[in-house]
Parts: sequence; C-alpha cells; structure tokens
Amino acid sequence: MTTSGLTRDRRLIVGVSILGVLVLAAVLAPLIAPHDPESIDSARLLRGPSLSHLFGADALGRDVFSRVLFAFRISLVVSAGSVGLALLIGVPLGLLAGYSGGWVDLVLMRPVDMILVLPALLLAISLISVLGTGSSITLIAIAVIFFPILARVMRSSAQVVTTLPFVDSSRARGMGGFGIATRHVLPNALGPVVVQAAILMGFSMQIEAALSYLGLGTQPPTPSLGLMLFEGRDTLVQAPWAEIFPGLAIAITVLAFNLVGDGLRRHVNQHSSAA
Amino acid sequence: MSERLRFAGRRLLITIPVLFVLSVFVFLLIHLVPGDPVRTMLGFRATPENIARIRGELGLDRPLLAQYGTWLNNLVHGDLGRDYVSGASLTSLLRTSLPVTLELTSLSMVLATLVGVPLGVLAASRGRGWRSGTEGFVIAGISIPDFWLGIMLVLLFTGTLAWLPPSGYVKLTDDVARNLRYMVLPVLTLVIGETAYIARTARSAVEEALTKPFVGYLRAKGVAEKSIVFRHALRNAGVPIATVIGIQFGVLLGGSIVIEYAFGLPGVGKLTVVAINQRNYTVVQGGVLVLAAMFILVNLFVELMIGVIDPRVADGAGA
Repeated sequence: MTTSGLTRDRRLIVGVSILGVLVLAAVLAPLIAPHDPESIDSARLLRGPSLSHLFGADALGRDVFSRVLFAFRISLVVSAGSVGLALLIGVPLGLLAGYSGGWVDLVLMRPVDMILVLPALLLAISLISVLGTGSSITLIAIAVIFFPILARVMRSSAQVVTTLPFVDSSRARGMGGFGIATRHVLPNALGPVVVQAAILMGFSMQIEAALSYLGLGTQPPTPSLGLMLFEGRDTLVQAPWAEIFPGLAIAITVLAFNLVGDGLRRHVNQHSSAA
Repeated sequence: MSERLRFAGRRLLITIPVLFVLSVFVFLLIHLVPGDPVRTMLGFRATPENIARIRGELGLDRPLLAQYGTWLNNLVHGDLGRDYVSGASLTSLLRTSLPVTLELTSLSMVLATLVGVPLGVLAASRGRGWRSGTEGFVIAGISIPDFWLGIMLVLLFTGTLAWLPPSGYVKLTDDVARNLRYMVLPVLTLVIGETAYIARTARSAVEEALTKPFVGYLRAKGVAEKSIVFRHALRNAGVPIATVIGIQFGVLLGGSIVIEYAFGLPGVGKLTVVAINQRNYTVVQGGVLVLAAMFILVNLFVELMIGVIDPRVADGAGA
C-alpha cells in the first residue's frame, strides 16, 4: 500500500529518474568523460558544440562536457556531505528537544533559533570569512546553516509523535526514555525530516555554486559548477555554451531534488493524516 | 487599541536580544580568525610598527569584554570603525553602498509582491491553464540559481539584443534614467526567483481560504466571484503571504550579495565579498552587521504588519 502510493506519484518518479541518471553520470565520470577535464588545447579555444565536444570548449580549449561531469561530482559530494552532516547534528538535537520538552527543549532550541536569525547565505559567507575557503569548508558552512532547519522540523515532528497513544503504552510497559525516543519516536517522526533534507539537497547545490562563483567556495584547480560559471563570464558572448551547460546542470539537479521533495511530502502528509 | 500597542511593544522587546546576539556574533568574527587578524589584514604592509599601531587602534590587547564594550559604544554612536586597507571610515563606505542595496532589494521585493500575489490568486481561482502555468513557473523559478539566470539575461539582453548594459552603476541621484537602465537586469533576476515563492504561497493560502464556510455564504448572498476572491479570500490569506515575504527577504538579501557581485553594483553585498577576498575583516564586520540588521528589522516590520492584517494575532498575543 505504502510503496504503491509512492510509485504512482508522477513527480517522484520523474525526480528519482533524473537523479538516478545524474548520480550514475557523477559516479562514472572518469569512464564517460570523453576528454581530460584539465587538458588545455589551443587548437579548440572557444570551439562550439560538436560531436567530439558535446558542450563545446572553453576559453582554454578544455572540453566543457568533461568538466561539467567532474564539477558535478564535486558539487554533489559537497551537497550530500553538508546535508548529511546537518542531519547528524540536527536530528538528535531536534529529537531530544521534541521528546523531552520543558527546559531541555528551551536550552537546546534557543541557540538554534538564534542561528536562523541571520540570512542563510550571509551566515555562510561570515563563517567562510573566518575559516577560509575550499570545498570542505563550504561543506561545513552549509551544514551550519542547515542543521537548525532540520532540528526544528525534527523537533516539531517528534512533539507530535510523542503525544500518540503507543508512546504512552511503551512507557506503561516500563520502557526507558532513550529506548522510546530512538526506537519508537524517531522512526515515526522522520518523514518530514526526509522531505526537508531532499529539498535542502537542492538548496545546497545552489549555495555551493553561488559561493564558488563568488570565489569563496571550491578553489581552482578543483572543478566546480559555480567556478565554471565564474570562469566563463568573460567569454559569455563568444562561448555561451561554457555558461549555459554548467548552469543547466545545477538547475536540473535542483529541479529533480524539488520534485522528489514535493512527491515525498505529499506521501508523508497522506500518511500522517491517515494515521 | 491598547492590545495592539502591547503586541507591538512585545515584538520590539523580542528584537532587542536578537540584535544583541547579532552584535556579539559580528564582534567575535575578527577574534575567531586563526592567527593574527591584523597581520593577515595588512598583508605586505604588515610591518611591526603598522601591526602594533592597528592592534592598539582596535584595542586587541585589552580584555575581550572591554573591547566589546568599546566597540558596542562606538557602534551605537554610529562609528563602525575603519577600513584598514583603504583608510576610509566604514560609516562613509556604508553610506555610499547601502542605498544601492536598498534600491535593489526594495525594487525587487515590491515588484515580486505585485506580480506574485495576483499570480497566486489567479492560479487558485481560475481554470487549469493558470494553475499548471503557474506551477511550471514556480518550479523553474525555485530551481534556477539566481546568478545563472542573471548571466542568461545578460546573454539575451546584452549579448544578443544589445538593449541593456551588462554591468555597472550610476547613482540614482545623478541620473534616474541611466540608474534604472543599470538596475533592470539585476532587479529582473531577483524578481523572477522571488515571484515564484510568493506566488506559491499565495496560491495555497487563497486555495485554503476559498474552502472556508464564509465563501459559501458570500456566494449564496450573490457577491461577485471577483470580489470574493480578491477582497475576502485574499484578506484571509494575508498572514501566510506576509510571513513568506518576510522570510523571503532573507533569501533576497543573500541573493543580492551574489547579484551585486555579478552585475558590478557597488552595494553592501559586493563590498562584503570583496572584503572577504582581501581578508579585510573590519569591512566584513560592517557589511554583515548592516545586512543582518536589515533582515531583522524587515521581519519586525512584517510581524507588526501581520498584527494589522489579522487583529486576532495581536489579540491572541495580548491575552
């Protein structure tokens, strides 16, 4: 019943399919890429798309298609890593706050709320101004702006589940607080967190690209989609393909994550209203 | 009326600790820098005399709490310190850059609201065409990174059509027409993304309002459908729409940092990014402080507006 509901959602299917292809492309990049992404070739400077260079060549004659593949890999790793790290911090925090309530909730959530007072990108660049640049710092900065969001979602979801009768009955059977929280509340409260995490994956992709575009994220020579957009600006009119394809890659990935998030949300909503 | 005043007072009071935490965060930024921030900041000009002089000026040798006290006192008196790279005072730097950011963000927010709200209302109340059209626009608007959209607009309007300048800035007070010519593309870039979020919220809020019993009553009374949708349902949908506008202002400020950089607009966002790349920490502090304060104050204003749109919010808080 549950899986058939999921497999019937058209958006979810489209989103998951796109993501499947993209992840496969990222994993197999070294095998698929027709050229070395770093190899400079003065004979094909700013050359337009052709059969041997699907997305054309950039100002240094590098193959844009191969570069997009490798850059997409980095972007995907940073997005998945940042959301993963944010989940690792946010979920236990929100679970503890939502399940315990009272002063524990207050002490844990007040500082978390304070982080949400700053606009996300502004907080990320403030952290980077202190910590320095690079992919791993970008990953940490994005995790810092995301974990409060996930903690909040986890907290309110855990609060709802904690009031359900089966939690009371576990308590009556003498189960300890930790056991109830991790074995009963957590699995039943995780739905909305998964939805939020899917949507944040898309955001993370956009933020990583924006930071790299500003020169504050991934640093050359590591390829990154945002960095490619920065490098291609001077030759925008002569070689628009060096700008169009990296951006399209970001937009399509974000779109896929949004479709998955929307599809899952509908499923989670149905599920919780049926319960 | 007194309930409303009390509500407004309470909101103002809540803002004070938030501004306090912000000030501590911004103050600590320079202290969290690994190594000697003054040495990093001065770069090749980091002679022992220069370092000692600026450390003294910043008061970095004094106890942290005393430093914060002096910094906050200066801040309250409008003195944000100095840019140690160019020698200019931060107040004067911000005085020239803040109007640019204010113009960019307020134009974008106003236009996005003027387009997004009616679009959402139409999507909620008209046929399938409006609905799926809006849905497509919303998904595209949310998925496309704003700075890439900006680049694509430059490609179209500057590269291909040659209608507009790719980047640059003329002060509003110098020449309104030329100022607006430079503003068209950055504003359009931000408006498209923001409109998507506002339209999405407006659509679902109006949809929900239209299912309420009072709508059936109004229809039975023979009130015109247009008036039901735009006067009654929209007013009932006001709170979620205002809330999302407040939240989106933060996204817009973040976006404006990137867009100012992409279009060469000399606003606070560009000032801050350039300062980070130069390790110019006092300027970073000023930029972050101003942008975050803007966000906090806009959200305070939005919450006060919500109290006006829906007096129940104010009453509930006062009770």
